[in-house]
Parts: sequence; C-alpha cells; structure tokens
Amino acid sequence: MVKSRILEERLIKIYKSGEGYFWIGGPGQEAFDIPLGLLIKKGRGLDCDWFHGHYRSTPVIVAMGLEMIEGVRLMKNLATDKSTHGRNFCNHYAIPEWNVAPITSPIEVQYSMAIGSALAQKQHGGEGITIVTGGDAGTAEGDFATCLIWASRQGHELPILILVEDNHWGISTPYRGQHGEKNIADRGNAFRIETNIIDGNDPRKSWEAIQDAMEYVRKNRKPFLLQANVSRLYGHSSASGASFVTDEIDCLNVFEQQLLKEKLISQDEIKSIWDKYQKESLEALDMARKEPAPTAESIWDYVYADNENADWRKF
Amino acid sequence: MANIAQAIRLALHYGEENLGVKNIFGEDVGPPLGGVFTATQGLKTTWNSPLDERGIVGMAMGLALAGSRCVAEIQFVDYIFNTIDLLKIAGNTCWSSYGQFPMPMTIMTPVGSGIRGSLYHSHSFDAWATRLPGWKIVMPSNSLDAYGLLLAAMKDPNPVMYLPPKALLRVRGDELIPGEPADEKELRSMIDAPLGDRTSWKPRWPDIGDFTVEIGKGKIVREGTQATVVSYGRTLPLCKKASEDLAREGHSVEVIDMRSLYPYDWQMIKGSILKTHKVIFVNEDTEVSNFGEHLCRRAIEEFFFNLEARPRVLAGKHLPGIGLHPHLEENSVPQYENILHEIRELLSEQP
Repeated sequence: MVKSRILEERLIKIYKSGEGYFWIGGPGQEAFDIPLGLLIKKGRGLDCDWFHGHYRSTPVIVAMGLEMIEGVRLMKNLATDKSTHGRNFCNHYAIPEWNVAPITSPIEVQYSMAIGSALAQKQHGGEGITIVTGGDAGTAEGDFATCLIWASRQGHELPILILVEDNHWGISTPYRGQHGEKNIADRGNAFRIETNIIDGNDPRKSWEAIQDAMEYVRKNRKPFLLQANVSRLYGHSSASGASFVTDEIDCLNVFEQQLLKEKLISQDEIKSIWDKYQKESLEALDMARKEPAPTAESIWDYVYADNENADWRKF
Repeated sequence: MANIAQAIRLALHYGEENLGVKNIFGEDVGPPLGGVFTATQGLKTTWNSPLDERGIVGMAMGLALAGSRCVAEIQFVDYIFNTIDLLKIAGNTCWSSYGQFPMPMTIMTPVGSGIRGSLYHSHSFDAWATRLPGWKIVMPSNSLDAYGLLLAAMKDPNPVMYLPPKALLRVRGDELIPGEPADEKELRSMIDAPLGDRTSWKPRWPDIGDFTVEIGKGKIVREGTQATVVSYGRTLPLCKKASEDLAREGHSVEVIDMRSLYPYDWQMIKGSILKTHKVIFVNEDTEVSNFGEHLCRRAIEEFFFNLEARPRVLAGKHLPGIGLHPHLEENSVPQYENILHEIRELLSEQP
C-alpha cells in the first residue's frame, strides 16, 4: 500500500515539477486494490487470471509486482516505457506477461472487452477467471450493462469478477447527481448475479470479500458483482489540481493506526517502510531522467502487428 | 458457382477447420437462422448473441486479446455506429501497447445499398472504416474474392473489417472456389439449410482448399488503355459492365477492383493511371470526406502532370439517408447510368 501511494505521489510531483504532462491515478484505492493484486492468479495465458483495469488501478498492478521505474517511465513518456513506449498517459499499463489488458482512457470500455477473455477462459477450462474493474461513474455507460447481460445469460454464464470501485465521484459530479440506484451492486440482482458491497477502505474486509468472490467465480464459472466503496484522495486528476483532500478516509493512515494499536507494527517500522519506498521512487526518477525519449520516427511503429507498414505513402 | 453468401459460409467453414476460428457470433448468426443472409448456416462454432453491437465488438476484442480467433458479425453495417469508439480502440491497441497486444479479429458486416433497405439497411461504411487506423479493410465484389479475402482476414494478426456488399450477396461468381462442386445445384444441396425444420439437418461440406487473396492487392478486372476506373463493392460490377458496353463503341477502359481499401494497392492504380492518363474513383459512400477523395488527392499530387483529364470521384450524395422509394435511392447512390455517363465525360475530355 505504501509503495503504491508513494509511487502515485511521486508521479504527481513529476507532473507538478513540469516533468510530465498529466497525472491520473488511484491513491485512496489501496486498501481494496492491493489485496486484489495479491490475490490475482498472475501470469500469461488462459490458465491465469485476466485483468481489465482502469486508470486508477495502479495499486493492483503494484501489488502484482510493478517496479516503480515502470510507473515513472510511463509518466515521463519515455522510449523505455514498456507499456506504451511513451504513447499514453500515466497509469495506462499494458502488461502481457501478467494478462493485464491495455488500460484505456474511456471509463467503460473494459467492461465490454472483459466478456471476451472470460469466454475464452470458459471455453479453455481450468480455473482462470477474468477480473474487470471500473469506477461508479463508468457504470452509467452502456458497457456496464453489456457486461452484466453477457456474463449472466442462462446456460452461458461467464467466469468473471465484475468490480465497481465507488469513489462517489464522476470527475466533479457527485454520486447523487448521477445515480438513482442506492447501490450499483443492486443492478446485479436483476441478472441473478451474486453481489456484495464492502468497505473498500478496509484491507482486511477487502481481502476476505475478494477472496470469497474469486473462489465463487473460479469454482462455479459464473459472474460475481462486487462493489467496494473507496476514497479518491487526490481529486480526479492533475486537471483538478491533484492535491490531497482531507475530507475522505485515508485507508493507509487508518490501517497504520490499526496496526499500531494492535501492536503488529511499530512507528519506526512504518517510517522505515516509507523511507524505503521514498528512496526507491527517487532512484527511479533519477534513472528515468537518463533514459531516452521515443524518436519522432517511431510513430509508425506497430500500427500493425509485426510492424507491417501502415503508411499509405509507402504502399 | 457459389454466391457470395455461400462463399462466406465456405470460408468460415475453412476457418473453423483449419485456421483456429473458435467463435462465429452475432445477432441471428447461429441456428436456426444461420444469418439473415444465410452466410453462417451449418457452421459448428456459430452462436446467437444478444442484440447488442457494443457487446459483439467488445466480445471480439476480448477474445482477440486472450488469443482466441473469432469472426463477429454486425448484422447490417447500419447498426455499427454505436461501436465506433470500440472500433477505434481495436485499431489502436497494438499501437498503444507498442506491439505487445495485437488484436487478431474479424468483424464481418454487410454494407451499402441496393436491397431497398431505406435509411437503416442501406448505409455504407468504407469512408468511416478507412478512418480507423490500425484496421485492415476489405470489400469483395465476387464470390471467389469473398472466399479469399475472408481467409486472409482470419489469418491476419490485425483487426480486419470484412465488408461484403448487401446487394451482391446473392450474386453468383464465375470462378470456382478450390474444391467447390461445379454444379450449383449440388452445392446448394450440400450446404444450404432446408426450409422449415432444420433441427436434424447437417451440411455436407465440400473438400474446399486454401485460397487467399492477399490483403492490399487489387485486381484488374478489365484491361484498357484510355481511362482507369477504380472501384470496389456494389459499384464494381457496374463499372465493369460500363467498360464492356463502352468497348462496343470502341473505347478501352481499364477497371480496377481494389478489394482491399486499407492497405491498398497503389502500385496497381499508379501503373494504370500512368498508362491511361485518366482516372475516376467510384464508390457509393457519401461524397464529402469520401475514401475516393483520398485516392483522388493522391492521384493529383503524384500525377498532376501526367493526367490528361480532371480526375473524378463519383460517390453517393451527401444526404442524411437513402430514401426507400426507388426514385430516391437511385438518385442517391451511383447507378449504372451515372457511372456510364461519368466515364463518357472522362473519355471525352481533351487536355
């Protein structure tokens, strides 16, 4: 959780110091996303889980093993950025080795695509499942309904864990201005989809709920809709200032206080964890500063697979 | 000889048996109907989807990401427009991931007018499709190409949009698909589902072979020396007929079937223009920001001093829709007479 928070705060600092163009990410979602990332059956191929995330899924990917330098490279749009080669916004990861589908800026499309990998896994057999996540605002799009409908067709149910991380905001519009339903998870009832709603700011509850939901999907090869209520601690993006908000629960702070109270960790240990990752983030930035930018000529690379020419001037 | 719908069916059968296609799906694609144009009858991996075009395209993309080959159908291209951002993502995923996530998928969707389809069964899509970088766009105008282009699409590691013209789906070809029985009645008895109860029916597939039309390669369907006509899809046979009719008047008009809209066979077009020095681009999508305009622009920029007449684009009129009455439809998209007239004008123009 600390590593992900520090990475995000480093990315925000990179933006604010003028070394990056835009920041958007997921600080405030660590208590839910870190357990999720740790519980994902990580790897490549249909026997492992597929993850269709969104741009606030950074803690999931950190928990899966993302090195800080990769987040910094993406933020600084470097040629060394493995996910996009300097082409996309920060936190838009694409990691084939872990079945992390390319993250895109539209807030809903992952819900439509996830049904495809879920079908491939159903037809393949085994225990691999698809996990898709998005925010509450994204559920207003038709793709969320698409996901519910296609995942729950009778006799054709898909092994998919459908997540909604409800931070109660859609950019600047609060939840009550966008939704009539009390809880988004209630929409699952109409499709006979098992549902659960949890406090996503509690990592222990999150761990248990995700584990239970994953187990249900793995064994029954049927969908599960899990809603986690989370915080959004730095606003929507750098476009809204990317400043820390004080009126939402900081899951990291709360969890640290719990661990201290339970005497499972000391203040010194907490400090050493923060120091360790602060150091790592600075080293990552130092390293990234020495790395090359993409060349202007690289714009034509990989329009098509295998780098087949796509420039009509050369047809 | 197979018609285009039968050729598509044969190609999909080949894809299921030989190219690893595991899912062929869309609205009414599976049994009992096997597609509103019968193009998916009797296949073993077909299934009916919800009537949700975004779901169809999203499903295809997710399957492709996971490495599972599919052919997804949008029943009429008129209903593809609400998927446009997914189509953009399908086209940019390989690029945005710097080659890490290719998107091998085929979207098949019938296009164009000619079936008295009024506003929502007459749309074209080639102008839109060619504005989706990262996709390959193909459009057959005869059965053999329909077969060969679909095999190419199913083999390609990129998203391929396969656009058979609605008006030509029932038109029989004049070249046999490898392994196709020469007698069309025999072919029908083998692969056409019977009317009525089909629950116990199974097709008897002919032993068809591999025949691939390379994406990016056009075809000179009629050679000529005085003018070049570049077309594809529904208007291609009309252009060919015009060339044949003009030949009887002593004119020599070359007709190129592009077959592949992107990537496209510029070398073939170039060679023809440098031979005839006159060119017209014919298609039926709406005329403003039309794909033919791109080709025309390129012809002007590259061959301005070689051209002996104004290069032309003949396309559909810039209207909100195609009206149902034949008077309306025929005055909205190019018909044989319009094509003949424009080619005559081109031939008569002197430098």
